[in-house]
Order: sequence, then C-alpha cells, then structure tokens
Amino acid sequence: MSADVLRTLVFVAGLVGAAAFVIGLHQMNSPATARNGNRISAVGMTVAVFATFISLVIRDGGLSGTGWLIIVVGGALGGGLGFWMARTVKMTAMPQLVSLFNAVGGGAAALVAIDDFVKIAGTSDPDIISTTIFVALGAVIGSVTFTGSLIAGGKLQGLIAGQPIILPAQRILTAVLAIVALVGFVTIVLGAAGVFSLGAGASIAILALIVAAALIFGVTMVLPIGGADMPVVISLLNSFTGTAAAMAGFVIHSPVLIIAGALVGASGGILTKLMADAMNRSIANIMVGGFGTGDSGPSAIGAGAGAGVREISADDVAIQLAYAHSVIIVPGYGLAVAQAQHAVRELAELLEARGVDVKYAIHPVAGRMPGHMNVLLAEANVPYPQLKEMEEINPEFARCDVALVIGANDVTNPAARSDPSSPIYGMPILDVDHAKSIVVIKRSMGKGYAGIDNALYTDPKTGMLFADAKAGLEQLAAAVKAV
Amino acid sequence: MSPDLLDSLALFVLAILVGIEVISKVPSMLHTPLMSGANSIHGIVLVGAMLIAAAADDPLGYVLAFIAVAFGAANVVGGYVVTDRMLQMFKRREPAKKPEATDVG
Repeated sequence: MSADVLRTLVFVAGLVGAAAFVIGLHQMNSPATARNGNRISAVGMTVAVFATFISLVIRDGGLSGTGWLIIVVGGALGGGLGFWMARTVKMTAMPQLVSLFNAVGGGAAALVAIDDFVKIAGTSDPDIISTTIFVALGAVIGSVTFTGSLIAGGKLQGLIAGQPIILPAQRILTAVLAIVALVGFVTIVLGAAGVFSLGAGASIAILALIVAAALIFGVTMVLPIGGADMPVVISLLNSFTGTAAAMAGFVIHSPVLIIAGALVGASGGILTKLMADAMNRSIANIMVGGFGTGDSGPSAIGAGAGAGVREISADDVAIQLAYAHSVIIVPGYGLAVAQAQHAVRELAELLEARGVDVKYAIHPVAGRMPGHMNVLLAEANVPYPQLKEMEEINPEFARCDVALVIGANDVTNPAARSDPSSPIYGMPILDVDHAKSIVVIKRSMGKGYAGIDNALYTDPKTGMLFADAKAGLEQLAAAVKAV
Repeated sequence: MSPDLLDSLALFVLAILVGIEVISKVPSMLHTPLMSGANSIHGIVLVGAMLIAAAADDPLGYVLAFIAVAFGAANVVGGYVVTDRMLQMFKRREPAKKPEATDVG
C-alpha cells in the first residue's frame, strides 16, 4: 500500500474516532443514553488506536523489533493494570482511581512532548519555533497534571492528610517555580528562533529544569487545597490533561490528538465550573485553598458529649419510622465508607412493606464527588426513581414525618442558609431541618469536612443515634421487624 | 507558519468550541461519570506514544516511549472500564419489577 493511501486511511480512522468522542460525550449528558455514549467513545478509541498500530506495521520499513516490543509489552502492561484496577476498585474508592488514570494520561502527554524535543533540539526543522512552544506547553501542563493528580488521589485515598497543607513560604515557592518555568520557556523558544545560539544539550537541560519546576508546582498547587474540594480539582486537572494531549498532537502532527485533547480540555473546563457551581464555590476560590479540614476521626468529641444533644435508641427510631407516612433518607459519605448501601436498602424495603413512602434525598456533592452517591446507591439496587435531587426533594421535607440522616453532615447544616459568618454560608443544602422529626445516625459528634458545628444536631426535633452507619441501620432493621 | 500548523490551529479552536457546546445541562448525578468519560478520551495520547515508540532509536527514546505507551494504555482501558462500571448502575429499572426480586451481589 502506498504511503499516501496509508496516511489517508489513518486520517479517516482518526476522524471516525474524533466524531465518536463528540457523539459519546454528548450522549453522556443524559442518564438514559450515557452508557451507550461511553461505548461509542470506546469504539472510536479502538478504531483510532488500532488504525495507528496497523499503519505502523504495514508502512514501508515496518515496525522495528524494539518498536513491537515497546508497544505490545507496554500496552499489555498498562492496559492490563488499568483493566484490573478498574474492575476491582471498590466504588467508594472510585474517585481516586479516576485521578490516578488522569495522572498517567498527563504523564504520557508530557513524555510524548519531551521525547519529541530530544529529537528536534538543535536541528533546523522549519517549524522548530512553534514546535518548541507546543513541546514546552505540553511538557509543563502534562507534568503539573501528573503530580497534581497523584496528590489529589492520595488525599482522597487518605495517604496524604485531607487537611489543607500550607508549606512554609508557599507563595514564594510557587512564584519561584513559575518564574523558573517562564524564564526557561522563553530561553528555549528564543534559542529555537536563533536569537542566540543554544546547543541541543543546553536546550534539553533547560527543558528538564522546566519539567522539574512543573512537577513540583503540581504538588504545591494541590497540597493546600482541602479534601472536600478534590473533585473540582480532579476535574480541572482532567481538563489540563486534555490540553496537554492537544499540545502533544501539535508536536507530532496528529489531528485526532488535537481534536480529542481540545474537546476534553474545553468540556472538562465547563464540567469543572458546573461542579464548582453545585457547591456554590468559585474555581479561583478553590485553587487558593485552605478550605475544609478533611475527615475528623471519632477522637473529636466522644459520643453524646455534645451540649444540648438528644440521644435516641434504635427501638424508638424504629417505632417512629414504622408508623410514619413518609420518610426521607439523607445518605452521606459516612454511609459510603461504612459500606452501608445494602443495609439502607433493606431498611427501606421493610418500611415500604409496611406502606411507608420512602425517598432518598441526594445532595449534588453527597459522597466524595458529584453523582457519587447515585452510583453507590444504584450499586445496592436502590430503585432509581426513589433517588431525588436536591431541588426536587427540598419542598417535600416540610411534609415528611421523619428525615433519616445517615453519615451526612455539612450538606444538612442550616448555617449555610442562616449564618453569613459560616464558611459554608451560601452552599446549597438539603432542608432537613424542615422535617417534622429528624434522626441522625452518626459515629460521634465529630465534625464534617468543613470542620464546623452543625446546628441541626442541637435542634429539639433531632434525635441522635450514635452508631456506625451499617451497624445502626442493621439495628434499625431488626427493630422495625420487631415492631 | 506552515499550512499544516494553520490547519492544526483551526482544528484546535473548533474542537474547543465543540467541547464547550457538547456539555450543557448535565444533571449533577452524571458529573462524575462524565468526568471519567472525558478522562478516558484524553487517553488518545496513546496514539502519540505509539508513534514515538515506532520512531525511537536510542535507549532514552525506548524508555520514554515504553512508559508513555504503558501510561496511555492504562488511561484508555482503565478509564473506559471504570466509566462503564459507573454507568451500568444507572440503568432504569422496570417499574413492575419489585426491588426485593433483585439479587444483591
């Protein structure tokens, strides 16, 4: 096959891939078509990747033995590991896995850019100036994403403390890193332009310096941000990786890389803004960091030690629930970490069998990421129509007999509506306090992610059931059976 | 600037506009799967990694290409599989089907 025909076929395959990405992403806007959309996107990816591989094999000169080895072994190793992790990860740990995949994507984009620069440095390629710019951008953005996503995933996994970590001289360090990267960038671009003579070795050394600065910058950028904001950070870094892939596409003249990278860069940016809006936070505010203290352990204050808190027994709660007309369950991250999704469904089914109307109130950021709680409850076979979004369920709290809050904290705190001095003031919350009666299942009086007191717990209508979410729900189910 | 580069810039700008338009009113419950789906798409960098693997001719090139291919493949395969796992849970259940009839794994 002539080189020309081959190039055309690879281009068409890339175009098919790019079109599939657009259609797939668009279909992911709605729950009914989302899964199909992801599959269309996966098919497009398969077409683009295999067309590239086949073209490398059948082109004139073919693929060298080492090339075969790298692609087949590297692809099998990475793909196999990715597949295994994606299949075995617990759904509660899924956000950090997405962050890890984002990290390696950014790393790959940076490596492609770096590799190309090593080849062209010091040559007289006609596009050397623009290529140098794209290489430097791709290497910097990819490197920032690589370390930034690893830190974000580490925070969610609990390997790194969720609290904002402020390094000494944080601002100065960040400024120095930015200056190093910028000066290095200008130097190699001017060197490539021939303004002054810069040897290949010197330019590569400068690129290495820029990459090192970018890698450290990724760490210092994410460390000061609290764990509660990690979803938004991961989404932003996801958008960065898309941009880095597009830069790599410019470097190696690959249209499909440019289209797919720009697509993810832009849609990821929009998604980041949607996520930040759902939490009533601005992206700039989040990046400045310092909000949210992370998970506080049971050590904060012992069970029942809070002033003005009414403790309630599982038997009393069971009676309230069993004779209620309508119950709204408010699940939070505590439910997810206790793996209590199945226990909550069993309790709901017992109540429904008694004629109680049961609904679930899902806050946009319940769990660790927007939509995370829907995934967790769906996994436990909770009927999808029972899951109500915040705007839909909030007016119903006033009519419900019992609101059962399980491991949710900040998203139920009335201070967000009433106390302008509260750090969460203005955040959209579930109006749990409007319910006729409130039961909170919680391990202790420990504080939530925002690290502030919750006035809901001292409300006279509220009864506190101090227990692990799963154990508490199992007690309740047993008690409801006995009613 | 070469015509190739100008074409590439046009593609880049248009793809950004498409990316902005393609995400519109997404219900918040789909934010995480959508992010994960977009995350898989930038795994397309695997194509770039394969191209540098084919062109590599020194030890440094081999090492860079090998890591890039492994990273890219992990991004692609893992990204799509985990997104599919999330989305398979959103399947709408038949209203007639009672919840207790479903088996819990």
